Amino acid sequence: MIAALNWGIALLVLGLAIWTIVARDTFAAIVGFVAYGLLLTLAWVALRGVDVALTEAAIGGGLTGVLLIRAAAKLRRTEAASNAEHPGVPTRVAAALVAACVTAALAVAVLALPDPAPTLAPETAANIAATGVGNPITAVLLAFRAMDTLLEAIVVLFALIGVWSLAPDRLWGGHPGPRHQADPNGVLAFLARLLPPIGIIVGVYIFWIGADLPGGKFQGATILAAMWLLAMMAGLADTPPVSRTWLRLALIAGPVVFIAIGAAGVAFAGAFLGYPDGLAKPLIKVIEWALLPSLAVMLALIMAGAPERTAR
Amino acid sequence: MSAALDLFTIVAVAAGAFFFLAGTVGLLRFPDVFTHLHALSKADNLGLGLVVLGLLPQASGLLAGLKLISIWLIVLLVGATVSQMIARAARRAGPHA
Repeated sequence: MIAALNWGIALLVLGLAIWTIVARDTFAAIVGFVAYGLLLTLAWVALRGVDVALTEAAIGGGLTGVLLIRAAAKLRRTEAASNAEHPGVPTRVAAALVAACVTAALAVAVLALPDPAPTLAPETAANIAATGVGNPITAVLLAFRAMDTLLEAIVVLFALIGVWSLAPDRLWGGHPGPRHQADPNGVLAFLARLLPPIGIIVGVYIFWIGADLPGGKFQGATILAAMWLLAMMAGLADTPPVSRTWLRLALIAGPVVFIAIGAAGVAFAGAFLGYPDGLAKPLIKVIEWALLPSLAVMLALIMAGAPERTAR
Repeated sequence: MSAALDLFTIVAVAAGAFFFLAGTVGLLRFPDVFTHLHALSKADNLGLGLVVLGLLPQASGLLAGLKLISIWLIVLLVGATVSQMIARAARRAGPHA
């Protein structure tokens, strides 16, 4: 029964992936991609990777979907021209060959993995008590492989700087994205007033529970960012001008706290990002609390886009 | 008692799945945006409601049960809002959009 479900999910994921690539209409392909992300979430749940499933649902399905829809809306003017172009046969054959080679290489790499696959799970389970954290994923992300998580947070910040850098010079420092107008008595404004209090509680809950159960700052921050975006889209809140000092401080606060605690580790625990004995859990908590608002602001502003209006 | 609860779960979740199936058939067979929305809202409201109702006896405690119910309520709220917005956009775009 479970095997049939797993096969069903696997076939649907493959089918949707092919459909997403084959679809001619950009918007249809994006809808396919979002559905693909949600099915992938089910696949991760079936593999018992609930942490990954939550991240896939929040970032892979939700956030990336919105980002792609915004990109498609910007490309609409030039889309007809690019659809009218038909690459020649040699180009198509070359593209098919390259794609087939990449697929074959990936398949060989996956099939060549030793069975059982090499794993560090027993070491993680043996040492998790030293961190004081109950969720092994959080222990890996913020203690054993904290460096990766630090770089991830900084990559998101770089992505935001990349989005901002698309602004023309005269608009630099202005408000990102258009000023959304919506009927103040309409359904969207109603939802944007009703949902955020619930969403903020859910986001903080998913973040808070991350120490011991599936959840964490990335998933929580995505939900918080979504609530802010909802208020922006309903015209209830405007995006802050990117030149604001408080905004810049909010963006760097998380990474700075993370780097500071990491540097303190050199002095007190003998290694960058090392935690002194007994202080691991409180320090992890401080890093997570510092990263949550920074990540929420980063993700929301990546969605909001490049500065489009001068600051008032 | 537990056998009766399990039976209740099976019947309610199967009924919920039926509404999802009917909603999907409606989405594929109905002629325009408004009837599509009508079909989808049946799947969301009744289908998910029945699935949640069926899962309640299997919840590990009061808190888990409340979480299930709140998922249904949030989907109702968001589904109704999005249906309204899609319907308004479709009406503005005209009958042939």
